[in-house]
Amino acid sequence: MSDVLQVTDNTFEEEIIKSDIPAMVDFWAEWCGPCKMVSPLVEELAKEYEGKIKIASMDVDGNRQTPGKFGIRNIPTLILFKGGEVAQTIVGAHPKSHLDEELKKLL
Amino acid sequence: MEDLIIIGAGPAGLTAGLYAARARLKTLMLEKLSPGGQVLMTDWVENYPGFPDGISGFDLVDKMRRQAEKFDLVIENQEVSRLELSPEKKVVVTDKGNLETRALILTSGATPRKLGIEGEELLIGKGVSYCATCDGPFYRDQEVALIGGGDTAVEEAIFLTRFAAKVHLIHRRDELRATKLLRERVMALDQVNIVWDTVPTRIVGDTEVKGVDLKNVKTGKTSHLPVQGVFVFVGYIPNTELVKGQLELDKWGFVVTNNDMQTSVPGVFAAGDIRSKILRQIATAVGEGATAVFAVERYLESLK
Repeated sequence: MSDVLQVTDNTFEEEIIKSDIPAMVDFWAEWCGPCKMVSPLVEELAKEYEGKIKIASMDVDGNRQTPGKFGIRNIPTLILFKGGEVAQTIVGAHPKSHLDEELKKLL
Repeated sequence: MEDLIIIGAGPAGLTAGLYAARARLKTLMLEKLSPGGQVLMTDWVENYPGFPDGISGFDLVDKMRRQAEKFDLVIENQEVSRLELSPEKKVVVTDKGNLETRALILTSGATPRKLGIEGEELLIGKGVSYCATCDGPFYRDQEVALIGGGDTAVEEAIFLTRFAAKVHLIHRRDELRATKLLRERVMALDQVNIVWDTVPTRIVGDTEVKGVDLKNVKTGKTSHLPVQGVFVFVGYIPNTELVKGQLELDKWGFVVTNNDMQTSVPGVFAAGDIRSKILRQIATAVGEGATAVFAVERYLESLK
């Protein structure tokens, strides 16, 4: 059972923008190899930050609006949100320690 | 103390790990992301022997990983920040602490080389990409520029025609370096426009890529090409920051080894793309990973 919340174009506003705790969204797609390097790390982070930061992911294949809204043209891209605003954008695959550092800044 | 630490879980590392596990060496494999390496950037692997119908990059490395783990290879998600290498002692420093090992195999691979031109760094993520399989779909029905002339550049140009309306393949020479078969394929595609003897001088755009400035290296003539994306495939730089000053490197920064994968420090071996050699493929990486482990076994014997 995955700890990572799947969000869609329809649920993004409610789950991420209106979230009362900070959130991180992992934008990925099935065809994207490096995304498969990041997803396992995101799973682990979801367990570690449970209750403190909402860790979610969005399949950009089935959801075109949200990536367009945030100017995403490369994946994997991780966007960190606080109070409904973009706090940080991380493009490309990065080690877990780097992601952890950025998540800590949200708290 | 470990018998062996392997740094980097791409095909070279995973093969070394498989052989080390079967040789029952006390082995630890360290990978800072998730196993796979550069193979994950490729959509389809057609030239790895054993797969007549081809196989996806992800599936291939996934199989390699599962095979090694079947023999109880331990792969840990750790990033190495420093190495202290000498004939007597090998220390691997990670964010989780210091590890000491009798032998070390470096399989940390390489990273795509950047162009180093104005606008490139600024627009990474906003139209500048080094991975067609990751980002190609974002350019559906658009026009993109692809810089390069080797196998990767040509393969990725062909791949991008699935999405982009037009791919402008910009190459600085008047002949592609890619394998003949790939050259035949790409030249037969109407969607690919090859721009010869040309280099990009600047990527234009402030919040997203709008175009690229070009210069013909033979005539000196400059021009501007409006595109929404720029894909860069101009080679690889070895991930050797950790060993600079400690191991002998060739003039391009790749690790020099002998035929047995032995580097300039006894007990330290290298395999895969990080090595100084003439061909960088999954097929060569795998052979070198296996050879390195055999060499490690002989080295460990010699210590007794």
